[in-house]
Formats: sequence, structure tokens, C-alpha cells
Amino acid sequence: MLKRFVYSREGVLSIIVLVMFFGVGVISPDFISLSNSISIFNDTSILIMLALGQMLVILTRCIDLSVAANVAFTGMFVAMVNQYFPEISMVLLILLSLLIGALLGAINGLFVWLLKVPSIVITLGTMSIYRGATFLLSDGAWVNSHQMSESFIALPRFEILSMPVLGWMAVVVIILAFWAMKFSVWGRNFYSAGGNPMAAFYSGVNVGKVQFYAFLVSGTLSGLCGYLWVSRFAVAYVDVANGFELQVIAACVIGGVSIVGGLGTVVGCVIGALFIGVVNNALPIIGVSPFWQMAISGLVIIIAVIANASSDKDKARIILRKPDKSIDSAQPQSH
Amino acid sequence: MDTAIKKSATPDALLTGRLQKFFRWESFLILIVVLVCVMNSYLSPYFLDPWNLSDATFNFTEKALIALPMAMLIIAKEIDISVAAIISLSSTLMGLVAQMGAPVYAVAFVGILAGAACGLFNGVLVTHFKIPSIVVTIGTMSLFRGISYILLGDQVVRDYPDGFEFFGQGYVYWVFSFELVLFAFFALVFYWLLHRTTFGRYTYAIGNNPTASYYSGIKVDKHRLILFTLVGVMSGVASVLLTSRLGSTRPSIAMGWELSIITMVVLGGVSILGGSGTIAGVVLAVILMGLVTFGMGLLNIPGIVMTIIVGVMLITVVSLPVLITMYKTSLKRKEAKAL
Repeated sequence: MLKRFVYSREGVLSIIVLVMFFGVGVISPDFISLSNSISIFNDTSILIMLALGQMLVILTRCIDLSVAANVAFTGMFVAMVNQYFPEISMVLLILLSLLIGALLGAINGLFVWLLKVPSIVITLGTMSIYRGATFLLSDGAWVNSHQMSESFIALPRFEILSMPVLGWMAVVVIILAFWAMKFSVWGRNFYSAGGNPMAAFYSGVNVGKVQFYAFLVSGTLSGLCGYLWVSRFAVAYVDVANGFELQVIAACVIGGVSIVGGLGTVVGCVIGALFIGVVNNALPIIGVSPFWQMAISGLVIIIAVIANASSDKDKARIILRKPDKSIDSAQPQSH
Repeated sequence: MDTAIKKSATPDALLTGRLQKFFRWESFLILIVVLVCVMNSYLSPYFLDPWNLSDATFNFTEKALIALPMAMLIIAKEIDISVAAIISLSSTLMGLVAQMGAPVYAVAFVGILAGAACGLFNGVLVTHFKIPSIVVTIGTMSLFRGISYILLGDQVVRDYPDGFEFFGQGYVYWVFSFELVLFAFFALVFYWLLHRTTFGRYTYAIGNNPTASYYSGIKVDKHRLILFTLVGVMSGVASVLLTSRLGSTRPSIAMGWELSIITMVVLGGVSILGGSGTIAGVVLAVILMGLVTFGMGLLNIPGIVMTIIVGVMLITVVSLPVLITMYKTSLKRKEAKAL
């Protein structure tokens, strides 16, 4: 079991992340302290959640470029609700952010499901529409920290077991995603719809509907992250998270989610996001200018996809043997 | 689209061939362009001034120059979303060369060469490692712009040699700017390349069925490599024009342009799934977007609202044909039931 993990894509990737992490620790021991590890995870939480949503979309052979614009719109919306009605409870506000995010995601999903229009075009369009709508909503104005209520800002910072709520939310999302993608029919359908849409169709999976669900989940998570982003940085403006969709897709690609669909795991996706998180946090410590960040993540994406592409080539050969093995190993367990 | 192919093969489509020629996407675009012109000149008295119109062309000529090879690339079932990053890197390199005191033509040459190198790099990654072009160019998008950030940081380069400003600000004759004339020239070149050469026919063939094209002896990978390099070269040319027009270089130059360029291409009737589209359509879409942007500018509508309208246009343009086909098939089903 352990041996299989070490040789798998996720295993190799997590070893790379750990080597990086402890390598920086040699230079600066504070970097690998527990409190800093937690803060790196906390820093990466939003990226992890968005990447998991994006993974579902990519699994079904689609892509969602509108996530960052969704974050900006939902973030601005809840910030303004909070500004004008500070007495509304946080539970309602979070529900509202989930609802708005889901709605924006559903718009993408409906176009893809009912009209069968390529998702890249639709989300390219909604990306500029949602961003523009954020401007219309706020009239270009900012919502600053003094205009937000105390609990609005404090909630993601509230610490349980020395980890902020923001980090715990990511933990909950990871566990839910892991369970759903591994053990629920609903989750497995994402793999079948993307792996072989024709076969999925003949086995009774409504591929379009599965794609719709993927966009719905991606949108809902973006909505939640919209609130979290605005609250974490204590400011809402039109250009919030501008260009972040590329980092989200990068996290998926680094984590081994195949852009042609049907391939990718929750664990890989999370490690992919953590990779970016560790790099971003490590650069200032090892004395590299933050201006290097963008080029490094670009280079990492390219290296990761080249590595994935060459490991995919081996797949074709073992595809005939692999199912037998899994049946063999599954049968003793069921008895 | 595959439905269009099926339709042209049926006998009743042959009968209405002339009518169908009239109901092309391009004719629809011409109609909208005329409508927008009429509306704009009605809404603002400044619209029909030749100098105003000439100024308006500066808003889109650089993007349009990239839209031309991008159309060919999308027809061949590939995409390049790193074009804006190529502009940034090529502009940065031009700035560095200019700071070293290079003459005008050397600076421009470096810009175009840098673009070509970036395009070639994309092409090699796509063809040699068999990686989907969208992933490759998402990566190189960060890489190219990232290199600009490494080289320039938060600096701005302004020391361009005298005479460099001609590319982006000069006029060839009366109201016809150098940028506009260059665009017209390249529009003709790409029209010839796509519609009048075997290279162009191969592009359609690859877009419709890469495997069949490969087995019919088309050098698919080499063809893709050339197309990616072509996109890179034109991004380099656009970078020369843009840098010259602005007179300065920052790493954040041309941020987000890839989206408006792809919008132009799709609006021009090029199928994002590859295999169909024309240069005439793309040129019309470019003019349409230029006119709409310009008209709204005259009406003092802020730029970000225009992005909403561009987004709505993009979605409408791809959804409308699907809705029409759905409507038609439902009509046919009703007819079949009535029989």
C-alpha cells in the first residue's frame, strides 16, 4: 500500500513538496515550525478549495475560467450586504455566498449542459461578464475593513486547535471531496463522464447533467471562497483575485489532473495546490525576489505536464492487466 | 461544425445553395456592422469624423494582427492563450535592447524574433511532447510574463530610440495610420494563406480530422509548429506596435488581451472546435468590436462595462447557432410526426 503510494504520481509529488519544504527548513528552521506549517496551509486553503472544484470540471472534459471572477462578484456582494446590513448573521451571509456562487456556476453549467457549447468559450464570456457585473454592483468603489462588521472579518481568523477556521473549512472540503470522489456514485460519475463519455452515456450516466453538477460545485466553492477572500484580506474591490483562475488550473495540472478529462485524484489536487503554496511562501525566505514567482509556477506547470504526458504513455500498455489485479485484491476484502 | 457539413451534402441544400451563401455568418456580421454604424452616428455627432474613426482603429489593430494567425490556429484545433504574455516578453526584450542603445530597426527586429522564439517554444512543447495546447500555453503564459517580471521587476523602460514611435503613432497617408495599413496588408496575406494555398487547405483538414490528415500524408506536427510560430511572430509584430504606441514597457503590458483576441476570432465565426471559419469573418468581427468599443467610448461608457458587452456577445454568438439548429430539428420532428 505504502509502496504503491510512493511510486504513484501523488507519491512522487508529495515527496517533491516535502523535500522542498524541509530544504527551505535547513536554511531557515522557523519555516518548518508547526505554527508556520499551519499558516502555509491556511494561506493555501482558498487555492485548495477552488482547485478541488476545478478538478471536477476538468474531470468532465470542461474548464471553468470564471472562478476568479465568481470570487470577486460574490465577495463584493456579501461585503456590500454586510456594509449596509451589518446586523445580518454570519450564517446567513455564508449561505448567501454559497447561493450566489452556485447560481453563477449554474449559469455556466446550463449553457454547457443544454446547449452543448464548449465550456472554454462560455466561461471566457462569463468571466468578463461577472467581473463587469462586480463593477456595476460596486460602481468601482472599494469596501474597506472599517465598513465591514467585526464578526465578518473575525470568522475565518477564529482559531480552533491553533488553526484558523479558514484552514478548517479547507479540511472539511477536502474530506467531503475525498469521500464523494471515492465512495459515492455521484462522485464516480465525474470520472466515467470524462473518461469515456460514450460508454458513460450507454451505462445510463447523463453526461451533460454531470458536467452541470461539476460547474455547480465549482461555482458554489468559488462563492464560499469569495466571502473568505474578502474577509481574509479585509477589502473588496473589482480586481479581487484577478488572474487567480490560472493558479487554480495550475494547481490541478501540477496535481496530475489530466486536462483531457477522466483522470485525477483529490489527494493529487491538494498536493498540487500545496506545492504552489509552499513555493510562494518559501521564495521570500530563501531570498528570491517575489518577481520570480510567476515564472517559477509557469515552469513548474510545463514540467508537470511533460512528466504527466510521459507517464500517460505507459498507461496504454497496462490498461489490459490492471483491472484483473484490482479484482484480485478486492475479492479477499469483501469476504 | 459537423451539422453544416451534413446539411450541404443533402440534395435540398444544393438547390438553395445561392440562398445559403447569402445567409452566411459573414453577411450577418456585415448587417450588424452597418447597424452599429447607423446607431453610432445617430447617437453621437462625432462618430463620422474621419480622424475620430482613424483614432478608433488604434484600439484594435494590434489585437487584430494576432487574431489573424490565431484564427488559423483555432481552425487547426489548437489554441494559444499565451499571446499577451509573448507581447510582454518581447516588449521587455525590446526595452532592454533599446537601453543598450540599439538602433530602431534592431529593436523592432529583436521584438519580432522574440515573438517567433516564444511561438516556436509553444509549438515544440505541443508537437514534441503531445501535450494539449491549452495546458502548454497556460504554463508558458505564466513563464513568459514571469520572465518579464524577473527582467524588469517594477521598472519601466522609456528610452526608445528616436523614430521608434513611427510604428505605433505614424501615418502613412492622410488618416491611414501605419498600424491600419499594416493590418490591411496582413489581412490580405492571411486571406491568401488560408483560402488560396494548400497550406490553408491542410489547416482545415487538420482541424476537421487530425488522424485522417496524418494518414493522408499531411505533416500534421510540422504544420502545427509553423502555425504556433506564426502566432508568435505576429504577437511580436503587435508588441512592436504597442510598445511604440505607448512609448514605454512594463511587465503588465497587454494584460488580459488573449481573451479579447479569442473573442474576436470566435465572433468572426471560427468554430472553437476547429475545422471551420474564414479570415473575412475575423476581419469583420474585428471591425465590429472596434466600432462598438469606439461608439460606447463616445457615449462615456466605462471600459469594464464594455467587457460585459463583449462577454455577452461572445456567448450569444456561440449559443445562437445551436439554438437555431435545436429549433429546426424540433420543427422537423413535428413534421415527421404529422406525416
